[in-house]
Amino acid sequence: MTTASERALMSAELKTHIVTVQKDAVLDAAIAHGELTVTARRGSVPSLMAFLKEDSLCRFETLVDICAVDRPGEAERFEVVYHLLSMRLNQRVRVKVRTDEATPVPSAIDVFPAANWYEREAFDMYGVLFSGHPDLRRILTDYGFEGYPLRKDFPLSGRVEVRYDDTQKRVVYEPVKLVQEYRNFDFLSPWEGMQAVIPGDEKAGGGSGVK
Amino acid sequence: MADDSAPIVEGDRKFTINFGPQHPAAHGVLRLVLDLDGEIVDRVDPHIGLLHRGTEKLIEYKTFLQALPYFDRLDYVAPMNQEHAYCLAIEKLAGIEVPRRAQFIRVIFSEIGRILSHLLNVTTQAMDVGALTPPLWGFEEREKLMVFYERASGSRMHAAYFRPGGVHQDLPPDLIEDIHKFCDPFLKVLDDIETLVTENRIFKQRNVDIGVVSVPDALAWGFSGVMVRGSGLAWDLRRAEPYEIYSELDFRIPIGKNGDCWDRYLCRIEEMRESVRIILQCIDKLPVGPVLPERSKFAPPRRSEMKTSMEALIHHFKLYTEGFHVPAGEVYACVEAPKGEFGVYLVADGTNRPYRLKIKAPGYAHLQAMDPLCRGHMLADVSAILGSLDIVFGEIDR
Repeated sequence: MTTASERALMSAELKTHIVTVQKDAVLDAAIAHGELTVTARRGSVPSLMAFLKEDSLCRFETLVDICAVDRPGEAERFEVVYHLLSMRLNQRVRVKVRTDEATPVPSAIDVFPAANWYEREAFDMYGVLFSGHPDLRRILTDYGFEGYPLRKDFPLSGRVEVRYDDTQKRVVYEPVKLVQEYRNFDFLSPWEGMQAVIPGDEKAGGGSGVK
Repeated sequence: MADDSAPIVEGDRKFTINFGPQHPAAHGVLRLVLDLDGEIVDRVDPHIGLLHRGTEKLIEYKTFLQALPYFDRLDYVAPMNQEHAYCLAIEKLAGIEVPRRAQFIRVIFSEIGRILSHLLNVTTQAMDVGALTPPLWGFEEREKLMVFYERASGSRMHAAYFRPGGVHQDLPPDLIEDIHKFCDPFLKVLDDIETLVTENRIFKQRNVDIGVVSVPDALAWGFSGVMVRGSGLAWDLRRAEPYEIYSELDFRIPIGKNGDCWDRYLCRIEEMRESVRIILQCIDKLPVGPVLPERSKFAPPRRSEMKTSMEALIHHFKLYTEGFHVPAGEVYACVEAPKGEFGVYLVADGTNRPYRLKIKAPGYAHLQAMDPLCRGHMLADVSAILGSLDIVFGEIDR
């Protein structure tokens, strides 16, 4: 059992260790909310993972999770986030790499067999490609699904809907028809989140709105 | 017949069968494509996603408070444990202090959730290998526990009771008394269930030495919870990264020796006893006080305050329409859910909605290992192994 202060000290030491030993692979390392995040080069994923797993100060033998985050508008829109856990040393680390729609990330499957389904999920949901993955099929979506549902530009209501057609005696796919448009309320306070300029507001000076 | 291969003997055929998607032992909607060599399993290919509802996508379009009920619908046999991870993530990012009484109530209901889940699992695992009575006995107790859920939150299953900062409402005093009264008789029922199952000849024949997980395997496949404890690793997040008031409580972590299905069953039975101990300790120590932070922008104002204070009324209105804002950043928060490490990776951009929320479900990693676990076993063992993995599709498909 470790206290929060011991934990902070541990992750600070760990950060220095990882940055010094893996200086070619690591672009940046930061501690926020007591969690260590290492931003790495895309190509170095397998070697960095192997290091984090084998090194005596790291011992991150459990792959907790792999997921992607979509940031459209940035040069490389996807962040692939790996969460690792060391049960022996009771510490965690988060590794991040960037990629885009076309560039594959080297698969971590040789280091962690558990990466298999997590990478399939990231591929299924975001279309992130992983090179060296033996079986990069869709996993959660329907057979024959098109598109990548968790991308920010994929509509919440989807593109196709299914129903059972009694005349054809089978399930048919049709484009989504909503009786009412999906109501995406903008609840943000005008003085905090709204970007649009209210007519007449420009007279107040200093751009948009009063702080 | 190809002339250079060994001659095909009559009956020496491999064939592929479909297990599920509708199968009583599939614990939901799981389709397993099994390659069989006679009765020996050669390869397992789980097809999942039949219960995929796009929870993570939906959450991106909801305010933080509106997203909370989705967590009940993940692992729907222990709903509050999921809410807990989500609330911890928000609290970590926004730096919200949880009042002590709320922490105790959370622990009580997390442990009730653990008993709910384990009761379902151990008894249906017995059903998967042929026993019909244990689930009937177990479900009777589950019903009592769900009544506790209902009396606290108004709902038997989809509670939406934990809130960022505490719990929604304080417990009625007689409920605490009734939970206390439930504990001792429940231990007796647990003994009864054990006489029915634990040493049962058929149950042991079907579970001992089946689906053995070694420690290196458990680590390589990213297991957590009972799946690592059954193999002898004493890893429990309640002990390793104590959240809430777990560090003040006295409980033991049962571990298995052989890592087979029977050990995992025994671990779950013992964990239920430990959960009862935790509940009793929490009831004894339960302090008085608020259950939500007071004068906080993350919690609604008191009803009485709203009658007289304009600011409280505005706060209430803004909280339930716009919702609160969580500062930009990212955190990973996890709890020891009944099935293992349930984690929430939350990316916030400073608005009233999560930018990205990834749910790490323990069952996902466990089901992934079906292939290595089942290889070489008989077809009938597939359902025993599946039962001991403690699979619930709500959390796997999300």
